[in-house]
Amino acid sequence: MIVVVGAGPAGIAAALRAQECGARVTVIDDNPSPGGQIWRGESTNTWVERFRNSGIPILAGTRVIAADAAAHTLLLETDENSREIRYEKLILATGSRELFLPFPGWTLPGVFGAGGLQALAKSGLPVSGKRVVIGGTGPLLLAVGAYLRQHGAEVKLIAEQANIQSLAGFAPELLRHPRKVWQGASLQWAIAGVPYRTGCWVESAEGRGRVERVTIRSGRDGFPTSSSWTEDCDYAAIGYGLVPNRELEWSLGENPPDVYIARTGEMEFSFVEGEIAGLTAAGYAERAVLLHPKREKAGAFAAALDTTFTLREELKHLPAPETFVCRCEDVTCERLRPFDSFRAAKLHTRCGMGPCQGRVCEPAASFLFGWPAASDEGRSPRPPVFPARIESLLPVTKG
Amino acid sequence: MITLRLNGRALSFPDGITVAVALLQSGQLTFRTSVSGEPRSAVCGMGVCFECRVTIDGKPHSRSCQTLIREGMEIRA
Amino acid sequence: MLVQTCCRTILLRDNREVLSQRGAPVYDAIVAGGGIVGAACALELVRAGMRVALVEPSVCGGGATAAGMGHLAVMDDSEAQFALTRYSQILWHDLASRLPADVEYFPCGALWVAADDQEMAEVERKHRFYRERDVPTRVLDKHALAEAEPNLREGLAGGLLLTDDAVVYPPCAARFLMTEAVAAGLTFIPGRAVTEVGENGVRLDDGTALSSSFTVVATGAMAAKLVPSVRIQPRKGHLAITDRYPGFLRHQLIELGYLKNAHSHDADSVSFNVQPRITGQILIGSSRQYGVDDPAVERPMVEKMLQRAVEYMPRLAGLSAIRCWTGFRAATPDNLPLIGLCPGYKNVYLAAGHEGLGISTSLATGRLLTDLILHRESAIAREPYLPERTFAHA
Repeated sequence: MIVVVGAGPAGIAAALRAQECGARVTVIDDNPSPGGQIWRGESTNTWVERFRNSGIPILAGTRVIAADAAAHTLLLETDENSREIRYEKLILATGSRELFLPFPGWTLPGVFGAGGLQALAKSGLPVSGKRVVIGGTGPLLLAVGAYLRQHGAEVKLIAEQANIQSLAGFAPELLRHPRKVWQGASLQWAIAGVPYRTGCWVESAEGRGRVERVTIRSGRDGFPTSSSWTEDCDYAAIGYGLVPNRELEWSLGENPPDVYIARTGEMEFSFVEGEIAGLTAAGYAERAVLLHPKREKAGAFAAALDTTFTLREELKHLPAPETFVCRCEDVTCERLRPFDSFRAAKLHTRCGMGPCQGRVCEPAASFLFGWPAASDEGRSPRPPVFPARIESLLPVTKG
Repeated sequence: MITLRLNGRALSFPDGITVAVALLQSGQLTFRTSVSGEPRSAVCGMGVCFECRVTIDGKPHSRSCQTLIREGMEIRA
Repeated sequence: MLVQTCCRTILLRDNREVLSQRGAPVYDAIVAGGGIVGAACALELVRAGMRVALVEPSVCGGGATAAGMGHLAVMDDSEAQFALTRYSQILWHDLASRLPADVEYFPCGALWVAADDQEMAEVERKHRFYRERDVPTRVLDKHALAEAEPNLREGLAGGLLLTDDAVVYPPCAARFLMTEAVAAGLTFIPGRAVTEVGENGVRLDDGTALSSSFTVVATGAMAAKLVPSVRIQPRKGHLAITDRYPGFLRHQLIELGYLKNAHSHDADSVSFNVQPRITGQILIGSSRQYGVDDPAVERPMVEKMLQRAVEYMPRLAGLSAIRCWTGFRAATPDNLPLIGLCPGYKNVYLAAGHEGLGISTSLATGRLLTDLILHRESAIAREPYLPERTFAHA
C-alpha cells in the first residue's frame, strides 16, 4: 500500500496518479478535510472533487506523530485514538507553513498570518465589513487580498516588502507562464481599488488587548528609511513567504527506503511534484520522467518568485529588545541575541521548547540572527513529530 | 446547527466549522493567556503555531483551528 | 580585520615557540569539557586564584548536562554516595538565592514511592539512615501519599519524603556556573575540542597546543577518548517532557525499585521517575541501556518508560508530550564518580563518571578536585572517589 501524508495539491496529485497506476492508496491529513491550505474549504475545486470521487480513503484530522523507516510504519493520532499504519511506499506531501517575522505587537490578538487569516476565513470566519491590513511578501498577499475582498472585507492596504524594481524584473517570468498572467489579471480585477504598495512593511501593531492599528514603514533603496504612517484595522494578516514542513521527513532519518518526497511551495510546482512522486512510488518512473519538463518550468517560476521576493535587511531590525520571538515560551529578542546557533539558544532560553516545537521561532530567529541552518544530518529523529498524548506513545497493538 | 458551551455559555453554530472559527464568530478574539500573561489568538490557521490552544471537553492545549465543533462540546478559552 | 587575524596567528605561534623552548605554561589548569561538572571545576579553580581555560566543542551544558533531569538529590546507595550528594546538596542550597530565574531552582522535594509493604520496609530503613545523618525526611502512609500526590494510582503503600531535594534546569545551571567563572577570570574556549591530553597541557582539534600545569578531563561518557585506560561506559537514557499542567505533580517522584534498576549492569531497564518543572511541565523518565552508542530515540524504550510511568500515574496518559530525547550517562563500575589524579599521570586529573548524578554532585566535585590540586583540606573524605580504585584491578 502507498501511504500519502498530506492532502494538499501535492498529496492529492500523488494519490490520484498512484491510483491511476493501479496502486492501493491511503491519504493522511491533519486538517479536518482535504484540500490543504490552497484548496481549503473549496468543495467545488475540480481536483478536490476528483479526489473525493476517487474512493481513495482519507484519514482526516490525523497527525503522524512518529515514523519508523526500518519497520515501514507510521504512528497516527486523532483526537480520539491512535494507531499504527504500515506502508510499502510512503509519499511525503506535507506542504509548507508561513514564515512569520517578529515585530512589536505581532503577538496581539487580531494579528494573523496572511495565509492564516485566509485559512480561517475559508473555514467560516466572517470577514465582512472588517478592516484588514495585509502585509509581508509574495503573490500570496494578492490572493489573500482578493479572497478577503470577495468576502466583504475592507482591505485597506497590501504592504509588499519587495521593491517595485524587483517586481518589475518579475514580469518577464510571468509572461513565460500564460496561465499565471491570467491568474494575475483575475486577481487584479478582484483587488481593483485595493492599494497595493511595494517597498513597505508593517513595522508595528498597536492596540489594547487586540490590534487596533498598524504602523507601516516605507523604505527606499539606497536611502535611509523614508516615512511611516498608521492604518486603523480590525485584523492584520502578515506572512513572509513559505517554510516547508520537513519535520516528518527528518524523523525518518537519513535516506529512508521507499520514501518519496514531494517538495512543495508554489501550487503548480507542488502539484507536479506530487504527480511525479505518485507515479514513481507506484512503479512508473518512466511516466514520471515525462513530467520533468513541466516540473522544470514550474520550478523556474518558483525560483523567480524567491528572487523577486527576497526578504529585505530592514526586517531583521523590526523586533524591539523586548519583542517576543518564541511565542510558546515568550522568549524575547534580546535574550536570543547573544547566541550563535538555534540549538544553543534553545537550550539556554527555552526558545522553541514549547508545543510548536520551534516551527514558528526557528525559521524566524534564524533569519533575524543569521544562524546557520541545522544540517539534515544534525536533526536526529525525535518523536513525537507533533505534540502527542502520552497514551498514543504507549505500546500499540501492531497491525 | 450545533449547540456547544463556551465558557459555560450555551451557543449555537452552523455545522462543519472549527472551534477557532466558532470562538471568533462569537466575538471572542482572545483564546488563551501566554506563559507571561499576554492575551493570544489564532495565528496560522493551519495547526502549526499552537497559539489557538483552548480546553476542549476538559482537555487543555487542544488546537482549536484543527478541531471541528461537536454537539455538546465544552470549550474553555 | 585581516590584520587582526594575522596578528593573532603570529602571537599564537610565538607563544607556542616560547612554550616549547622554556616550558612556561600559559595556564595553571585547562578543563576539557563544558558540561556542568567542567563548569563547576573551572569555577572553583579560578576562585582559588588559578589561571584557567575551559575548552568546549559545542554548547555549554549541551551534552549529558542538557539531557539530564536536574534532580538535586541526596542518595543512600553507599556511604560515599551519600556523603558526596549531601555535601553537594548543601552547596546548592547555599547558592540557591543567587541563582538566576532561568536556572529554575525549584525546592519541590523528592518522594520515594513504595508500591507494597516490602518497599515500605525499605522506606523505614531509608528513614532511619537519613535521620542518623541529619537529613530531614518524613514517612508518608498511603493516605498521606495520596494527599501529597493525588494523581498517583490508588493502592500504593506509602513513601518517603526528602524535603531538601530540589530541581534545576541543567543547561542554564551550567551556564550560570560558566558565567560566574568567566567573570572571575576563566578563559572560555568554545567551538574547540581537546583531542589529546598530556603532562604539559592539551592539543585542540585545530592542532593548537595549549600548555598548562594541570589538566582536568571533564568530558563525561567520552572521557575514555582522552584517557583510554579510564573505565567509564556510556549508558543511554531516554526522557520525555509534557506541555504545561500546573499542579498536576508536586514532587520529584521515584519508585523504590529505582536503584535496583539503576544499578543493574547488564539488562536494559526502565523506572518510574517523574519531575515537576517550575513551568508546570512534567519530565518523565527514566531508562538505562548499555552498549548502545546511537543517540536516536528508540520507540520501544520510550514505550516501556511511559508505560511504567502510566502504571504509577494513570492520568499521565491523557497529557500531551512535547519532546523525547536521549543522553549518555558516564557510568563507572562502582557507580561512584572519578574525582582526582588519573593513574599513570602526574598532572592529569579526572572529574567524570557521575552517571545520573552529575547535576547533583557537580558543585561538590568542583570543590574536591580543587582541594586535591591545591593540597587543601576537604569537607568530606576524598578517597572513595579517587580514580585509582577503578584502575587497580583493571
